[in-house]
This record gives sequence, structure tokens and C-alpha cells, in this order.
Amino acid sequence: MRKIKAQLDLFLIEIGDLTYFTSRFFKETFKRPFEFKELLNQCYSMGNKSLLLVAITGFIIGLVLTLQTRPTLMEFGAVSWMPSMVSISIVREIGPILTALVCAGRIGSGIGAEIGSMRVTEQIDAMEVSGTNPFKFLVVTRVLAVTLTLPLLVIIGDAVALFGSFLVENVKGNVSFVLYFNQVFNSLEFGDIMPATIKSFFFGLAIGLVGCYKGYYCKKGTAGVGKAANSAVVFTSLLLFIIDFIAVFVTDIFFDL
Amino acid sequence: MTNNKQIPTQDIVLEIKDLRKSFGDNHVLNGFNLQLHQSENLVIMGKSGSGKSVMIKCLVGLMEADSGSISVMHNDITKLDQRALDILRADIGFLFQGSALYDSMTVRENLEFPLRRHSKRFKDDTNRDAIVIEALENVGLKDAIDLMPAELSGGMQKRVALARALILKPKIMLYDEPTSGLDPITAKEIIMLMQVIQKKYGTSSLIITHDVDCARVISDRMILLIDGIDYATGTFAELSTHKDPKIKAFFKN
Repeated sequence: MRKIKAQLDLFLIEIGDLTYFTSRFFKETFKRPFEFKELLNQCYSMGNKSLLLVAITGFIIGLVLTLQTRPTLMEFGAVSWMPSMVSISIVREIGPILTALVCAGRIGSGIGAEIGSMRVTEQIDAMEVSGTNPFKFLVVTRVLAVTLTLPLLVIIGDAVALFGSFLVENVKGNVSFVLYFNQVFNSLEFGDIMPATIKSFFFGLAIGLVGCYKGYYCKKGTAGVGKAANSAVVFTSLLLFIIDFIAVFVTDIFFDL
Repeated sequence: MTNNKQIPTQDIVLEIKDLRKSFGDNHVLNGFNLQLHQSENLVIMGKSGSGKSVMIKCLVGLMEADSGSISVMHNDITKLDQRALDILRADIGFLFQGSALYDSMTVRENLEFPLRRHSKRFKDDTNRDAIVIEALENVGLKDAIDLMPAELSGGMQKRVALARALILKPKIMLYDEPTSGLDPITAKEIIMLMQVIQKKYGTSSLIITHDVDCARVISDRMILLIDGIDYATGTFAELSTHKDPKIKAFFKN
């Protein structure tokens, strides 16, 4: 019982620290000087390096989803609904959450390990001594970069997933490219695309904040760096599902799912 | 147990009075004092874990002291706001124990980093390039300009870190264990380099070490940090022949 209480205390302290870290992020974001060059570097680095992974994941998900769903829809004679069904499920839910989870593993752990390693090798101290605010230079730029690039990655991931789905339909059902994507765009509405894009920003924010937080307060030693990277992924993944639940709940109120 | 010469206060570039710092029940600094004079090499010696690094981190505002005052060039750093502290830090060079080179940047970018931060001092880009090359020439590593830190040996990393620390032409240099982790030959080279640079730029240096050889060669004056206080002050010759058992044991070990 005492152990559970201690664990709960630690968890609550961590939530408190993360909240303080988040408020500091918002405060520092609007303070001069702005690190535009580093922000662009990070956007390029995060977007470019995650693109292939996101595209492959999206492509496979599109293929698998269509292959798995096809027999059931055929049983009900509703195979013509495939583009609508796949597009709505991918754009609303599967695309954003899956891309976010992939990026949590790829970007979140990378940020945690990089900043953690900079902490233990005194690079962050060196930065501070040279008159640079390391929070602005390292944290603000990385969090903004992942917040801005994740929605773009989600859009690319969705597009590739839909292309994967089209390939299956083309091979199995002889559906043309124009017909398939006509049905896709006819079935998608503002209420499908907009909430998914908005929640992608929050997913990006969560990935960046948790990764940076874990790295910035990394304990000394190489074990600390490994732990920071690992816990960044675990904590972010949990947070992504919580954000997703809240996003769906709010979307339901405004767009009447 | 002090042996201070009477030196005019305007010659004091750095002064610590009654510095205290604890981590829970662990009282690391219990009222530490020091004065660093213009163009002086002051060595702080103490055993591992005696609080030397804590003291030097308090000195540049990387760590907050529990109490006491720290005056750097007549500015009490405990009372400065962040902006004023950043400006003051341009006059302080810091050589970290593990070099602390930014490993995602090349040697050139590492050296340019402080210059970009203090761009008002170095507005011209051509000038900036020349400053980087001059700094690397000073440490004999001009050819390493486009290498990554991971491609350098420990001694070379230390030299680049020294070049970076000196690039803003600081008035005070802080060295945290400059010879730790180096073989005796490379350690000697670094010490010689420190002496050459000190002569060339006339900087005041505060050197933290537990390397007795380093202290013997480089110190004008020494302070022994024992039990969190400035236990003894004097020249190397004075302290190394001292009768006090704690000091004696220190030099024996």
C-alpha cells in the first residue's frame, strides 16, 4: 500500500513538473530573441527523417485495412462503400493516431535522448554560460517544430494510406483511380478533416513537450539518457490516447458525429 | 590559516564571501571565501566531492547558492537579472571538465556559437570567420575546423573547448578539472597551452583541480577546499610544506 502511495506521489509530482514545464514553454515562446534558424533546422530534420517511416506505415495500414474489411463488406454486398469507409476511418482516427504513435517513437525518443545526452555531458550548461537560453534554443524550437510538422506528416500519411487502399481495390475490384478518389472526396466532410488536423497539432505538442521534459531533467549517466528516451515514448503514447479521447469527445459535441 | 598579500580592491576581479550550499543534509559549502586578482592564476584544490564544481557553477549562475555573495568584476551575480547575467557571462570563459562541445555541430559551428550569441561584438561575418581561425590557431587545431567533435581525441576536444571558451576574449577564465581524463603528456600540453594563453591575453584564471602536478606548474596562489571552507591559502611551496596534518595528508595523497 505504501509502495502504491509512493508511486502515486511520484506520478503526481511528475504531472506538476510537466505542467510547469509547459507553462514555461508558452512563456518563452513569445519572448525575444526568436530562434528561427534552429526552428527551421528542426522542422526539416523531424519532417524529413520521419517521412519515409510515416509513409510506409500509412501504406501498409491502407493495404491491410482494405484487405481485412473487404470480405465482410462483400458478404453484405456493400463493397462499393469501401472508399467511404476507409477514408473516414483513416482521416478521422487511424491516420492521426498512428502517425502520432510512430512519431512518438521516432521523434519523441530522439528528442529525449538528444537533450538528455546534452544534459549529462554539460552541453546545456555550456550553452547557458555562453549567454544562450537553452530552454529557448533547445526546447521551444523542438516543441514548435514537432507541433508544426506532425499535421503535415498526418496529411501525407493519410494520402499514402488511401493510395494503399486504392491499390487493393484496383487489383481485387478493378476500381479506377478517379472513381476511387471521387468516392473518397465525396464522403469526406469538413467535420472529418478539421478536427483531425487540429488534434494533430495537440499530438505534436504532446510529443515535443514530453520528449523535451524527459531529456531536460534527465538524471546523470548514460542510464539516465536511456531512461529519458524510453519514458518519453511510454508517457507520450499514454498521453496521445488521452488527448485522442478528449478530442473525439469535443468533436462529438461540435460536429455531432 | 590564510596568507593573503595586501592587494588593492580594484585589482580584485572575482570575490566570493561566505558561500553556502547544501543538498538536503549534505552541506557541501559551509562559508567558502575567495578573491581572484587581475592576471592571477588561482588554483582551488580539493578532494573529489569536496564541492569544487558546485562552487564554480554557483560562480556563473548555473547553480543557486543558499547564501553568501559572489561578485564578478564588481557585479553581485546573485542580484543580476537574466539579461545582465548573460552580458556579464561574455566576460567569463568556462572550460568544462568533459569539454562539453556541442556534438551535433562541427568545430567551426561550436566556435561560432558564442560569437552569434554576442553578435553585437562581432557584426561582420568575415571578421567572425577570422576570429574562429585565430582561436583554433591558438590551440594548434586549425586543420580540425570542419570536423565533428566525435572525430577528435580527448585532448583535441579539450583544446577546441579551450578555443571556444576564449573566443569572446574573456577577462576571467574558469577551468573545471582541465587535465582530468587526459594522459600525462596531453595533460602537460593543456597546462602549457593555458599558460601561453594566460600570458597572451592577460586573463585572470580560476583553476579547479585535484591534480597536484597541474597546481604546482600553473598556480600563482592556491586555496585548499576542505570541509566546505577555504581551509588554507598560500603558494604551492607554502602549502606543500605546511605542518597541518590535513594539508600534509592532502599533498601526500
